[in-house]
Amino acid sequence: MRISGKGLVSHNRTVNFSFNGKDYMGLEGDTLASALLANDVHLVGRSFKYHRPRGILTAGSEEPNALVSTGKGAARDPNIRATQQELFEGLAAQSQNCWPSVERDVMAVNDLAAPFLGAGFYYKTFMWPAPLWEKLYEPIIRRAAGLGALSGAANKDPYEKAFAFCDLLVIGSGPAGLMAALTAGRAGTDVILAEDDSRMGGRLLAEVEEIDGKPAHVWVAEGLAELEAMDNVRLMPRTAVTGVYDQGTYSALERVSHHLPPSQSLKTAHRPRECFWRVAAKASVLAAGAIERPIAFRNNDRPGIMMAGAVRAYLNRWGVAPGARITVFANNDDAHRTARDLVAEGVHVTAVIDSRHDAPDSGEFPVIKGAMICDSAGRQRLESVTIRSVNGEEKLQTDCLAVSGGWNPSVHLTCHMGARPEWNRELAAFLPKPDAVPGMVVAGAANGVFSTHGALQDGAQAAVTALAGMGTSVDAPPLPVASDAPYRISPLWAVPGKGRAWLDFQNDVTVKDVAQAARENFRSVEHMKRYTTQGMATDQGKNSNVAALAVLADATGRSIAETGVTTFRPPFVPTSIAAMGAGAEDQGFKPQRYLTSHKASLQRGAANIEVGLWYRASYFAKDGESTWRQSCDREVTMVRKAVGVCDVSTLGKIDIQGPDAAQLLDLAYTNLFSTLKLGRVRYGLMLREDGFVMDDGTTARLGENHYVMTTTTAAAGQVMAHLEYLTQVVRPDLDVRFTSVTDQWAQFSVAGPKARDLIDALVDEDVNGETFPFMACGAITVSGVAGRLFRISFSGEHAYEIAVPARYGDALYRLLLERADPFGGGPYGMEALNVLRIEKGFITHAEINGTVTAFDLGMQGLVSKKKSCWGKALSERDGLMDDDRMRLVGLKPVGAMQVLSAGAHLFDPDATVERVNDLGYVTSVGFSPTLGHMIGLAMLSGGPDRMGDTIRLVDHTRGIDTLCEVVNPVFFDPEGGRVRG
Amino acid sequence: MRITCPLCGARDRREFTYKGAALPVPALEAGVAEWDAHVHLRDNPAGPLEELWQHDMGCGAWLKVTRNTATHEMLGVALAQDAGLAIKEGQP
Repeated sequence: MRISGKGLVSHNRTVNFSFNGKDYMGLEGDTLASALLANDVHLVGRSFKYHRPRGILTAGSEEPNALVSTGKGAARDPNIRATQQELFEGLAAQSQNCWPSVERDVMAVNDLAAPFLGAGFYYKTFMWPAPLWEKLYEPIIRRAAGLGALSGAANKDPYEKAFAFCDLLVIGSGPAGLMAALTAGRAGTDVILAEDDSRMGGRLLAEVEEIDGKPAHVWVAEGLAELEAMDNVRLMPRTAVTGVYDQGTYSALERVSHHLPPSQSLKTAHRPRECFWRVAAKASVLAAGAIERPIAFRNNDRPGIMMAGAVRAYLNRWGVAPGARITVFANNDDAHRTARDLVAEGVHVTAVIDSRHDAPDSGEFPVIKGAMICDSAGRQRLESVTIRSVNGEEKLQTDCLAVSGGWNPSVHLTCHMGARPEWNRELAAFLPKPDAVPGMVVAGAANGVFSTHGALQDGAQAAVTALAGMGTSVDAPPLPVASDAPYRISPLWAVPGKGRAWLDFQNDVTVKDVAQAARENFRSVEHMKRYTTQGMATDQGKNSNVAALAVLADATGRSIAETGVTTFRPPFVPTSIAAMGAGAEDQGFKPQRYLTSHKASLQRGAANIEVGLWYRASYFAKDGESTWRQSCDREVTMVRKAVGVCDVSTLGKIDIQGPDAAQLLDLAYTNLFSTLKLGRVRYGLMLREDGFVMDDGTTARLGENHYVMTTTTAAAGQVMAHLEYLTQVVRPDLDVRFTSVTDQWAQFSVAGPKARDLIDALVDEDVNGETFPFMACGAITVSGVAGRLFRISFSGEHAYEIAVPARYGDALYRLLLERADPFGGGPYGMEALNVLRIEKGFITHAEINGTVTAFDLGMQGLVSKKKSCWGKALSERDGLMDDDRMRLVGLKPVGAMQVLSAGAHLFDPDATVERVNDLGYVTSVGFSPTLGHMIGLAMLSGGPDRMGDTIRLVDHTRGIDTLCEVVNPVFFDPEGGRVRG
Repeated sequence: MRITCPLCGARDRREFTYKGAALPVPALEAGVAEWDAHVHLRDNPAGPLEELWQHDMGCGAWLKVTRNTATHEMLGVALAQDAGLAIKEGQP
């Protein structure tokens, strides 16, 4: 029921919305919850387990009951809290966890079965027979479990992440937060004021209060106007600080456009739904306020039973009386304000039931002292409550009950770095542990300071303290005048009696469940939580945690302080994965690196394959070729018979210069590079410090003190970081500098018997066996462009790699293909490159997989005996030179099944196929058109000693079980005549 | 977590890559036992630890960071090249 003219809503601006398909009208400034209450809609959802009718309990983000879905199709958002969702024209919201409707929910039958569904029900009931678990129990539980549902379609709504920096982050904009922000802002420091609510002011918007003789919300508006005018202050409403991390790092979730009609938000204004912030702050003031807690009594979960502070908020901020005959049940003075404010607006208050015998009297409404509410009635809406007092039990007709069991300071963020809050008997509340988070000062209700005057003073002092911590000295400002009522409370957690009394509304956890957990010896608060599910799901037990552990303390005969709290972890409010992962969907997850030859390759029919972040040509399909194998076979034969061109720019390239360049290479590589002649290239092997192979590649000496190192594509970054480690940590004395030039040079392999003819005709210099013998390198010019030529080969053919600055890469690639055509040559892709290198027994990271040594690869000869190198010491450990180690061999099929498969494991033909008999595994395979059968490389125990043996290859994944012969890993041209020719 | 790079200033830890404890590097010829101890036999204190991080998404500098492993408190950052971890004797 709306009270005309009351509250901070615009009474002359109506907003149309629908709930569960029915049209309603609200006002500008409403939340969905306040608008529903104004329309007298209390039943908004069904509870998780028993499907009990549930209504709106709170007025904030801690709401456990009023969860709704908004949006349609892929843009559907489940578990939106109606208490936070701002009303906009056309908003359509639906109840969750009910079918076919919230009024007639079939699953409500669960409520009748409640005696069987208590704590631990899942663990006890679905135990046996075991086969039923997968087929029957799990599908049923899965369908019944969960709150709300995703659409299943990819959500195309935009989300963002962003970073912010400030001197002081103020969390919460109530009296304490606002005063802290004003104090720090006036001192000229950079301030961010973050507020979960859409409107700043905190409880000052929800209370009838005067500050400096003005209504509190007017004082708030003036303060905000002052802050807004400051360049050094940033106001962030709709922003919940969700986590606290080391060195003043905070996460926050901003609801950017949930309050706007889709037409105004996503498409037109390019506004994201949400933005996930990372805030780096030198200091922070936590002024997050407090959350009111219910009192458990029988049937305390009916729609119409609400928190006393929430009833006050709906009345004072939104001008809504949530009932016509309202009753208050409390154990503290604060809740009496609810009755006072209601009476002032002419709403009938039946009585204030206060469990304390010394509760204050009022001339305006009846106060029943030393009494409790022990039951309620009403089907889908509260109709009456039962009062128990010294005079016995008595029914009272009422349609709304405002409950207050006291206030829990919002200490959550103070616990994110491991601190535990401390129990305060006088306030019957957990207070933050002092200095729980470095740089964070807690103020106001979050610190147990509940009066308005106290919060203003505490907030100002918190800012002064926080700024002093960063060396900025500020005087405490003069304080505005405000009330300083004491907070008086006498603990009451649960009203004794029969029946189910709810602690956790969202998870349907009752006092009985907690007591049962204790009886079954789940006495630790963490165990109780997991056994009963108390404190889980979207609200994380913000209303229920303290009462639940108080009941547990009682059941186990311990004090509340001894019982302690469960661990508060981020995020403080539910955070969508879409927001945290913003920018990382689709291509954003993995940047794409394209070669300079990319376009020309596609024009030649290239199919691309991803190699790390790179896109490389896999094969080039010609007319008439219907499978990749046909293209690959042709390309291999083309290289062996004519000439092929392949972009190899993805290999890491590191330019190394300086008087000590050779010393660095001798340190990094197992073999000598200081002896490498000018204008020559050498193959090298690098070890990790534990002696295993890190990477391989070639390094060219371009000048006396100038080398260019190539790394494998996969290890380019790792090798760069390794060289930086060697030069900064291990040998900072070396006078050497290096930089990655991978992206600066386009480099192409030109391989095949016709390679020299092609290159010689292409470059301005003479290229022959004299000027460019095998493993030579030097400067050349192509069409006037200065480039480099290396006579190196990864195919076993006479081959070159030609490099030009990347901006000429596209032109050179096209030119090379044009020149290759008359020779019967052309482009070849990764598939052919792989077959060519397997035919030659050349290794890649398929073989250098982190578990192999130079010895395993048959490359122990490359570990120089003339010098030490990085990793050499540990490569010489006992066992790393053992003949029985898995060592590199070649495989060819001999069985009826002429198939090899990478990843297959190897066994003695007579042995059973089990792990203990595993002799090794296949690393690389391909079909060799040159040899007419499949070939493979493998790591085989004692491999080189098994040449000619027959071995059994088993691949359970692909269903392959065949025999093969162990052969020399160099299948083709083992003498190397072709490469030198 | 934030690390103050001596060259770049305070940066988010996502810009850095961790290696391990910052220990003096044995001579290359030191032999298997000493290298084995260096690589494999390390303390794992709950408390202050000197460790190596690289600012690889920034300037590339290797840093010796003193960090309390129990609280993540940052106790000091220096360039690793000035940290005296280098090989003391012998040349490769």
